[in-house]
Amino acid sequence: MSVSDDVGLGWPRWRRSWWYHATYYAQTWRGSVASTVLFPIFYLVALGVGVGHLVAKHHGLVDGQTYLHFIAPSLLATTTMQLGESESLWPVLAAVKWVRSYHAAVASPLEPRDILVGKLSWVTTRAFGTGVVYTIVIAAFGGLQSWWGLTLPLIGVLITLAFAAPFVAYAAAVQSDASFVAIYRFAIIPMFLFSATFYPVSAYPGYLRPLVQFVPLYHGVALARSAAFGHWPLLATVGHLTVLGSMSVVGFLWGRWSLQRRLVD
Amino acid sequence: MVDLVLTARELSKRFNEITAVDRVSFTIERGESFGFLGPNGAGKTSTMRMISAVSQPTSGELTILGLDPRTDGPEIRGRLGVVPQEDTLELELSVRLNLEMFGRYFDIPRSTLRERATELLAFAQLSERADDRVEELSGGMKRRLTIARALVNRPEILILDEPTTGLDPQARHLLWDRLYRLKREGVTLIITTHYMDEAEQLCDRLVVMDHGTIVATGTPRELIAHHSTREVLELRFDTDSHEDFHARLAPFAQRVEVLPDRILLYVDEGDDTLRQLHAERLTPMSSFVRRSSLEDVFLRLTGRTLVD
Ligand SMILES: Nc1ncnc2c1ncn2[C@@H]1O[C@H](COP(=O)(O)OP(=O)(O)OP(=O)(O)O)[C@@H](O)[C@H]1O
Ligand SMILES: [Mg+2]
Repeated sequence: MSVSDDVGLGWPRWRRSWWYHATYYAQTWRGSVASTVLFPIFYLVALGVGVGHLVAKHHGLVDGQTYLHFIAPSLLATTTMQLGESESLWPVLAAVKWVRSYHAAVASPLEPRDILVGKLSWVTTRAFGTGVVYTIVIAAFGGLQSWWGLTLPLIGVLITLAFAAPFVAYAAAVQSDASFVAIYRFAIIPMFLFSATFYPVSAYPGYLRPLVQFVPLYHGVALARSAAFGHWPLLATVGHLTVLGSMSVVGFLWGRWSLQRRLVD
Repeated sequence: MVDLVLTARELSKRFNEITAVDRVSFTIERGESFGFLGPNGAGKTSTMRMISAVSQPTSGELTILGLDPRTDGPEIRGRLGVVPQEDTLELELSVRLNLEMFGRYFDIPRSTLRERATELLAFAQLSERADDRVEELSGGMKRRLTIARALVNRPEILILDEPTTGLDPQARHLLWDRLYRLKREGVTLIITTHYMDEAEQLCDRLVVMDHGTIVATGTPRELIAHHSTREVLELRFDTDSHEDFHARLAPFAQRVEVLPDRILLYVDEGDDTLRQLHAERLTPMSSFVRRSSLEDVFLRLTGRTLVD
């Protein structure tokens, strides 16, 4: 391996890869901004106000919150998870196999590691932007109950990174996109539905509750709620951060390995 | 005093059990154009990827621009231009943006890049297409854009992996013309090809590769002089099996090659030989005298034709 490996993340070369992704996005973003703003509004109106009306009639509050306020943070968590997935699977396979943008990049001074850091930093940049928009929308619906709410975009960044890192690594290692649809159907969608997203964990029978701990998104949803409500149970918070942090770190190391193999070996 | 830009000694590349490149040694001087001629699977691309400081040799020594690719990869790549065998352009973006965005990988300031992109578009004869999406370009145009992109960092060495494969003759000539211009400007060219005419046209010096090894080195003229005769007499007989004629023709030539559809006689004076054959009543259906080419060198060295 090269001496420049010792320079850690490869600063500052990876910025050039970040810039490449950003420029590409700037050319092709039209449409995605409108949906970034409109989607959370529609969602909160339909589920928060609509379903929330029913909930209020039958049960009153959920975990001490109105239904709208209860689901608003999970909306941010599920969206940032999906961002981590959609930006990583097909785009990365395209970059190593079909369009071969990453092969072009390794013929420049960039190393595979620079490309990985550039990619992940770009995806998290988008996560932050999305997080800010969602936080504003949630605030507009009265969903922030503490100044901690301002950390919501950062929670979004962590969630996106926790999913993007392993997905980038995986996409850089496969030969076809055959498994991607299955990942979406059998991992992303179930997580979206079952991570205590739409109801509290207490809705599950007792024996199922511990299992929810194994769903990665659950930890993101829990952190987002903590931020919105300003309530951070210490042990649980450390646990959530550890799960998402480990996914990011392991995904990053795996990604270094698989991009190295795919691009230069 | 020769200025060597590249030295390879006993360079090998293995992929699991496949040995793609097997202990090749060569040196390349500044300003020359150096070719790798070889059939499919000879190991040309694997060699190019190593000398582009992208993939690491499995064994052997490699020095590029006086630097070691194992430790100075980024610096070396900053001084090279690479035209890969398969285009790696961003199809959805404009021609101009492809140049400018790639230039940013080399940390070239944006204002410099704007000027340089304009120059390179003129060089690649793509100025009119600057704002079109790459998707809309023809194959030859894409290839020229890839070359222009490889020049964005003003490289000292330009490495081209099969620059004209798949192009029609006119597009090839246009591309060759651009490469001559670069050569005159002092850029060192390293070219792989499986077209012998391309090797003859473009290369000052070349190596012939086969099965991962170098089977001959020299200028096109030296290689022909050394491994072939001055002329080749190509004959077709009215027969199902040209092989039958092998023994009868052998006394008339220094060497006889039997191909499925014709026989090649390696001789010094093709017309003389043809007269002798007529005198012996060995009358072919058709005959054709030509000068020896690298194709003949390759046939001699490997027993196979280049393009199959
Ligand atoms: N990444 C790889 N993994 C495994 N085998 C490889 C890899 N790259 C090349 N090879 C093998 O190495 C050998 C040489 O391939 P290479 O691409 O270098 O040949 P080439 O001369 O460029 O051929 P072509 O004219 O078809 O481009 C082939 O047998 C090929 O299958
Ligand atoms: Mg090749």
